[in-house]
This record gives sequence, structure tokens and C-alpha cells, in this order.
Amino acid sequence: MGDGLLLDVRGLTVQYETESGPLVAVEQVDLQLREGEFLGIVGESGCGKSTLLFAIARLLVPPARISSGSVVFRGRDMVELAEKELRQVRWRDFSVVMQSAMNALNPVMTVGAQLKDVCEQHSTMSRREIALRSAQVLRLVSVDPRHLDSYPHQLSGGMRQRAMIAMALLFTPQLVIMDEPTTALDVVAQRSLMVQIRELQKRLGFAVLFVTHDMSLLRHFADRVAVMYAGQVVEVSSTAQVFGHPLHPYSRGLLAAFPSVTGPRVHLVGLPGAPPDLLRPPRGCRFHPRCPEVMRSCPNVEPPLYEVGGDLVRCLLYDERGGRAGTSERSS
Amino acid sequence: MSELESGPGAEGRGRPGQVGQDSSEALLRAVGLTCHFRAGGLFARGTLHAVDDLNLSIGRREIVALVGESGSGKSTIARLFAMLYKPTRGEIFFEGRPLSGIHSRKERLAYRRDVPMIFQDPFASLNPTYRVSHGILRSMKLHRPELSHEQRVEAALWALDAVGLVPATDMLVKFPYELSGGQRQRVGFAEALVCRPKLILADEPVSMLDVSIRVGILNLMADLREREGVSLLYITHDIASARYIADRVLVLYGGQLVEEGPADEVLQQPKHPYTQLLLSAVPNPQAELSLVDAADVGEPPKVVNPKEGCRFRHRCPFAIDQCDSVTPKLRLLRPDHRAACHVAEAEPLEFADSVSVPGV
Repeated sequence: MGDGLLLDVRGLTVQYETESGPLVAVEQVDLQLREGEFLGIVGESGCGKSTLLFAIARLLVPPARISSGSVVFRGRDMVELAEKELRQVRWRDFSVVMQSAMNALNPVMTVGAQLKDVCEQHSTMSRREIALRSAQVLRLVSVDPRHLDSYPHQLSGGMRQRAMIAMALLFTPQLVIMDEPTTALDVVAQRSLMVQIRELQKRLGFAVLFVTHDMSLLRHFADRVAVMYAGQVVEVSSTAQVFGHPLHPYSRGLLAAFPSVTGPRVHLVGLPGAPPDLLRPPRGCRFHPRCPEVMRSCPNVEPPLYEVGGDLVRCLLYDERGGRAGTSERSS
Repeated sequence: MSELESGPGAEGRGRPGQVGQDSSEALLRAVGLTCHFRAGGLFARGTLHAVDDLNLSIGRREIVALVGESGSGKSTIARLFAMLYKPTRGEIFFEGRPLSGIHSRKERLAYRRDVPMIFQDPFASLNPTYRVSHGILRSMKLHRPELSHEQRVEAALWALDAVGLVPATDMLVKFPYELSGGQRQRVGFAEALVCRPKLILADEPVSMLDVSIRVGILNLMADLREREGVSLLYITHDIASARYIADRVLVLYGGQLVEEGPADEVLQQPKHPYTQLLLSAVPNPQAELSLVDAADVGEPPKVVNPKEGCRFRHRCPFAIDQCDSVTPKLRLLRPDHRAACHVAEAEPLEFADSVSVPGV
């Protein structure tokens, strides 16, 4: 594991062309990922987190398109790469684990055949080498290699998701992009998969970009957390910071939304309201209609990203002129 | 040993402080409930034991949580209660009357009005081509035919209001695609509520929803109990959310109840190793990551032609020889708190009772 920059996303903007005009699903996102780092991206449904991943992996299909920005991966701008060049990078240098393994795996092909498919497309391995490597990666994720002959429906949800991860690790890439890999699993399988991902990451040294709507999942696994709301990154902090002292009111809301198993039973309020329609995002701060700490300037001023002690937050509370010092605005 | 002795059927023994579990008071009671399916192909035919010898009761105005992993049989139980499956053995009593005695369509409709079900996936359970009003009005046409159309619309507005879909007049004419996941699930509750049910079967109602809106639905369920007086069977794999709203928690493993008791009691002093595993799997940002049983890559068993013995023994860190040979029975370990585990039993009892010793 080094400290070199692996992925540098700058000003990435993704639009969907809809009948009612362009919908900006991801707006001006900047993200940096170092080698071997685990970056969690958290947000509610429709906040653009999956679109962001797809844009980074260049998997977007029309009507979605990258309208501006760059995704520099290992010194090359992915946005500029042609399909043919992308094929050489995919799987070998970075791979993607999709959300629903049942939909991502081919139901009429055995797991082994699907692993073989990837190897044939992206390498010149012999059949023998492919068989060896396939068994190896399955063992890596604690799945018995006899399941190479199994069809997806013969595996449990947890095993299918593990097979997906095995597939992503065929060429030991430097970056693994994961889109809610644990959503369809129950808590026990989820925890065991998370522990496994973390262990593999330590062993093989790849970096992880991990998207989830469940912030609590990231606490023990992510190095840094980026919080997304309505297409924008609203906070980027170290994991300890975001769980100990979340800066953005939205992060605080996400953190207060799940019941605990310990301590007294407390009434939770969650996050009232729903994320905005991205065709008509609210003026000013996009979170202001749901924000418990809304100030008079919030509906009018679009907050930039402020740097607070090394972390980034998009909230006027941290504006030197109108923020904490200007809280009197609320009472005036 | 009769099957009654291990479950809530044994309530007649006059245990102190037992409320809402007495057979005469229970709203719904299952006795020795068993559901088997034929499994496997032509040559390897077996019997899948989805639910085995289950005894449970749900009192009036009570929220009972049924907790277990995928494949533990919890949805099968909901479907048995909803009369979608017929039990292989055993009986379900609703307000003291056996469900096996229901034959006519009229009686079946009456039962389903009293005990509606909410499904897991709000994106699949609403017909996308109909407005919100369709499902709500239709269920009333079926279950409350005595009402006029105006009365039905009025009741629909009341139900939408009660589940927090406001303004109700606007919501009534929306299509499912115009609603968020949380709102769709609220429509499911409105459809159930509008027929004035006594018990709502909620099969993983929040697992498809974003974490940030789950709490809203959990609070809604607690509210419905408070305001409308309905009972709820809350089925989930998330034991933390079970504790949040439930009075009692039942833990299911491989089709059998392995632990039951008051929610706080079960979560603070889990007796069964499986309950302890479920608890440790809940992401808890306040605590350090426990790696004690992180190596657990076990899966809940498909219980096909089971042999004698504890079904959890292969994953259990405390398993002893006895676990291989003797199926543990639910046994009272503390007041109102039962667990089916040889190891937990071996610990000194904090509450003595005359429950028979298993393995005899």
C-alpha cells in the first residue's frame, strides 16, 4: 500500500437528457482516492451516488452522459478513453461489483463459465490457468471451488455476492468499485461480507470505492466518508470525524436515523421529508427544506465547499461571515 | 413430552406477571405449527422443514417481532398466518377459533379483513397502472361492502391521513411512480388500515427502504398500535429495529423458535448463541468492531430431513456433545424469557420453574 494518488475526480458532472430537459444527477464532484484507501460514499436513494460510480467506471449509457469534468485514474483521463482502450483497463486495473448479484450474474451460466468468460475477454490465459485462477479466487472469498459448477440460483444470497467479488478480483485490480453490495443481504451475511472485503483489501492492497445508503456500515471499514445529497458532495471527512463530529446537518440526520441495540430506547425522528426532484432542485442550499438548522440565507445562497480542519463541508454554518458568527440571523 | 409444554401453551401454570399471553386473552395463537415442503428433484426427494413445532401467541395491542436470517422460515410463518399456506400440522387460533374451521369464502374474507399483510417490496406490491385510491377502495369494496362510495372515499382519506400521507386528497389520485419508497410502503399500511384490522402482518416492511426513512415507518407502526389499537407481527432480520418497536422478540433459526422474551430482556441478556450472533452483526457505530465471531461465514441451514440435534450446532462456538444428539427445547430461563439451548440451560437458573428437563 502506498500513499500515491490512484483516482482523481475533478468537476465531474453527469446529466440525464429527459423529456422535461436536462437533469443534473451529479454536479461538480471532486473526489480523491489514494492507493489502498477505502472511501465510502453515502446518501439516500436518488442522490446520484450510483450515477457517480457509473460515471467513474465509464459505464453510463444514454440518456446519461458526462457533461464536464475529468476522472484521472493512474494518470490517464478515463473520460477521454475510447471503448477499445477502456476494455484494457476494465477488470485488469479496476473492477465493479454490482448491487444485486442475482441480476448481475447470468442465471443460465455456471459461476465457472462466467469467470472463464471474463478471463477470455481480458487475458490470454490458457484453459488450465483459467481453471486454476477461478478456483483460487473463489477460495479467496471463502466459497468452495466446487461451486464453479453451480448456477447462481443454487447459491445463497451471500454466496452470490461473494462470487461477484471473486469475479472482480480475478486480476487483482488496484481499484474495486462497489455499488451497495450488501443491500440484498440480511445483517449477519452483511457483516460477514464486510469483514471479508476489509481483509481482502488489507491482503491484496486494492482501493475500494464503496457506495451505500447505510452509514452505520462504514464505521468500521471506511478510511474516509463522502456524503452526497441531491447530486452534490456535501461532506468529505475521515471516518472518525464523520461519526464523532459530523459537520453537515444532513450527516447528523443520517447518523441519527437508525436504532441502536445498546443503551436506552430513544425515540428517533429520522430525516423528515424526501430528497428533492433533481429537475427542479431547491434554490440556495439543496438541503434547506429538510434542514433542522436552516438559516435565513440558506434558501438564497448556494453554499460552496468549506474546508474545516482538513475536512470539506457544503454548509453556510461554516461561512466565516454568515455562518456560526451569523447565527443571530435566525433570531433576528 | 407434549408439544404444549415447551411453548406459550403451557401458560396455565400460573406464572406471575404474565400479561397478554394467556390463551384466553391471546388474539392469535399458534400451537405446534408445522409447515413442510417437498423439496429436491426426482431422485433426491426430501422434506424441507420450513417451520417446525412452533408455539407462539400475539396479544391484543401487542407488537411482536419475529427475527431471523433469510431462510429461517419467518416469511413462511407470516404466510401461514395469512392463510396463504396450509399448515402441515398444528393449528392457528384467532380469537380462540381455529383457522382450520374456516371453509366459506365469507369467513375467509372476514379473517383477512382482521389480519391483513404488508409486503416487503413496495415497488412490486402496488400495481403501477392504478392510482393509490384503487387498492384502498378495492379492499373496502371487498371487506366493507356495507359502505357507500362516499363513505369509502371518506375512509380512504382518513387512512391516508393516519399513515402520514398528506394532503390525503392529493395522495389519493397519485400513481405509484410518483411516490418514494417510503410513501409506497405507507400506502400498503393505509390499504391494511382502512378495513379496521386487529392484527397487521408486516413481512420485512422496511428492508427495501433507505435507512433514513426506515425510522419513519417504524414510528408509524408504533403509532398505529397506540392510536388504532392494532397488534402487529413485525418480521425482520434486523434485531435492532425489533427492539425499537416490539414488546416481545421471538428469534427463529432453521424453522424453530430458539429464544423468546420481552424485547429489552432478550437484547440485553441474550441466552441463545444465535441471538448473540444476530446482535453482534448489527452495525453499531458507538462500539468497536467485535471480531470474535467475524469468522462466521455460516449460512442458515436448509432443513431437509433433519436429524435429532440442535440446528445451530454447526455454527455455534459453544456446541457440546449433547447438541449433536438431542434437540434442545424452549425452556424458561428467566421470567418470561425462554431459550432452546443446552449450554444456556446448564448455567444456573435465575428463575426456577417446573418445566420438564429435556432429553428425558
